[in-house]
Amino acid sequence: MNKVFIIIAREFITRVRKPTFILMSLLGPVLFGALLIVPTWLTTIESEDRALLIKDESGLLLNADTYTSGLLISFTDVDLEEAKEEVSSGVFSGLLYVPATDTKDPQGVRYFSNSTPSVDLRNNLRNIVNRAVEKQKQEDMGISEEQLRALKADVAISMISLKDQNEAEQNAIVASIIGYATSFLIYIFILLYGIQVMRGVIEEKSNRIVEVILSSVRPFQLMMGKIIGVAAVGLAQFLIWVVLAIGLYTVALNFFAPELAQADLQASSPAAPQAQMDAEAMEMVLSSIKSIDIPLILGSFLVFFLLGYLVYSGLFAALGSATDNDTDSQQFMLPITLPLIVSILVLGAVLKEPDGSLAFWFSMVPLTSPIVMMMRVPFGVPAWELALSISILISFFLLITWLAARIYRVGILFHGSKISYKTLYNWLRYSYR
Amino acid sequence: MAHLLVDRISKQYGNHIALKDVSFEIPKGKIFGLLGPNGAGKTSTIRMLTRILYPDSGEILFENEPLADRHVRSMGYLPEERGLYKKMGVSEQLIYLAQLKGMSKSDAIREINHWFDRLEVDHWKKKKVEDLSKGMQQKIQFISTVLHRPNFLILDEPFSGFDPVNAEKIKSEVIRLKEEGATILLSTHRMESVEELCDNICMIHQAQKILDGSVRDIRESMKEGLVQVRHKEPLEERPMKDMLAEYIDGKTEAGAYVSRFRLAPYADTNALIQWLLNHVTLISFEEALPSIHDIFVKLVSQDVSSFHAKEKDATQL
Repeated sequence: MNKVFIIIAREFITRVRKPTFILMSLLGPVLFGALLIVPTWLTTIESEDRALLIKDESGLLLNADTYTSGLLISFTDVDLEEAKEEVSSGVFSGLLYVPATDTKDPQGVRYFSNSTPSVDLRNNLRNIVNRAVEKQKQEDMGISEEQLRALKADVAISMISLKDQNEAEQNAIVASIIGYATSFLIYIFILLYGIQVMRGVIEEKSNRIVEVILSSVRPFQLMMGKIIGVAAVGLAQFLIWVVLAIGLYTVALNFFAPELAQADLQASSPAAPQAQMDAEAMEMVLSSIKSIDIPLILGSFLVFFLLGYLVYSGLFAALGSATDNDTDSQQFMLPITLPLIVSILVLGAVLKEPDGSLAFWFSMVPLTSPIVMMMRVPFGVPAWELALSISILISFFLLITWLAARIYRVGILFHGSKISYKTLYNWLRYSYR
Repeated sequence: MAHLLVDRISKQYGNHIALKDVSFEIPKGKIFGLLGPNGAGKTSTIRMLTRILYPDSGEILFENEPLADRHVRSMGYLPEERGLYKKMGVSEQLIYLAQLKGMSKSDAIREINHWFDRLEVDHWKKKKVEDLSKGMQQKIQFISTVLHRPNFLILDEPFSGFDPVNAEKIKSEVIRLKEEGATILLSTHRMESVEELCDNICMIHQAQKILDGSVRDIRESMKEGLVQVRHKEPLEERPMKDMLAEYIDGKTEAGAYVSRFRLAPYADTNALIQWLLNHVTLISFEEALPSIHDIFVKLVSQDVSSFHAKEKDATQL
């Protein structure tokens, strides 16, 4: 049997039977689900209504529609100082003051509160005043409600990609969700399993088993065996997650589908147009999912995941070989994780303009391309860009592996003094022959 | 016939000379001792024999061929810096290491059972390495070195970490392996085991060979006219130092007195015996060969100051 294969098998088996792996495999989908659902759920929890005082000297707001959800508004006639007093004593959380002014162009509107108001509250207050002014102007111009409604336009533009022959409709939201999900998965896997490679190397080094093994295999075989073995663990975990997620989804659908349908029915009767809109949106999402090239996304996910992992785990292996323990490795961690963090940070900008020059360059630079390119792929990337990015990544992988192996073979037998970048450089140049 | 021949190898790390023009040969089927103080270059030499390092110059021949990876793969190597995967089971780990040496799984299991019986460690098979004591781990480590029936063994400080009883057990296993035809390179600074085990030695000090040959020849050539006398009564007088012999030390041993003398230049052993007969009842009179330990200490301490400076450098790699 090939020795690298024996090493891969050991790495795989010893890791897969660890309790942490089994636990992560089972809880992974649940945790990811929670990660998606909990923040949304938190925002939907209704906060207590905020009691607000309005002192209007202009009469602008008196007959206007001031209803805003989350705000409990009352008007007051007491003079300004007294009203302020009510706020600072804590009875009301804020005071909106509109002085006697030109109601078509109000000046000097102020808001008093004990704490800095949130962005939401600012917008709400502005909306209240703006709505009142608009209504005033509309009445002055003699425009009726019907006329105003007739003036409003709401044109829907269908986004159609010419790339597909059937000109399917595209939905940027679905594309960005897929982009985000795949990019984050790659980021998490690289970090999680790259660090496992590093830990493994440190373990072998500090256990002092490495010299025993080196009388049987070349350092390069040992390093590659570990990297590939850990990659297999990562893929296995991913596979388990996919199977579990599909299983959970099916089970949930069977259990809750009847109840959901009933709930839908109840909800739809008073607000039929709303339900119709939902159905339309649903159809759009479905058709845009159809428009997305799933084999292409899956294929590029696997390619970028594997290549990205291989590049980073080479770096992590070299780092592990150069240090005696986890603590020593910290100082060298940042330079390796920095490109990963940067890729995550630019995702927002890439999303705004998936074919902009920023997106282009970050999806070409090999340390950021695995994550950034995955963000772009669901939006459609020219084939040559994809090919170029992958070729750069492959060449870079070969270069990194060569460099890492040079550091690794010296590093794993090196014990004692702390190393610096200068020693690493010397190891690179160090020749055995 | 030389199983392994080292011809003028040198090695330098930066400005530090680890090994300079060292040559020796290891005869087939013998135990060869590689001796030297810490930092002398033993580990560097061994790492070149296992092709973890390569010499800057010089040549290593294994069975008359330039040393190659396939030779190293067949060796059994017990490094000084050794250890095992702590979280792995004992059997499982031994099978893994044997497979890396090219053994099939079934052969490995058979050999493991054989060795577990021999060293009386059968009940450890299922245990994890981290649950074993240090001495037990050393035994497992020793088994991992010899499992694939190597005909060339490199044992670097094989007795460290053993209690005296188990050290003796391992010692007799080493001798048995030699009797079964294996060539063994033994690196140690425990000199008493060298005299018992080694047929030939090579002594390295400050990156250079200072002595090599068969143990018997070396002791013979290093003798300094020491004699050891056993006698019944205590010795009350001393012989004349310049004319006859210098009294070195004495002790009592099993009801008799043991004294050591250094013969004066040109003095005759018969003259000393004559003198002794006038003073005590002789039990035995023999020429005392210096122990390898004495030779080692004498040669190494000749340049103590520069040795200490070197020791600091040597920890660099």
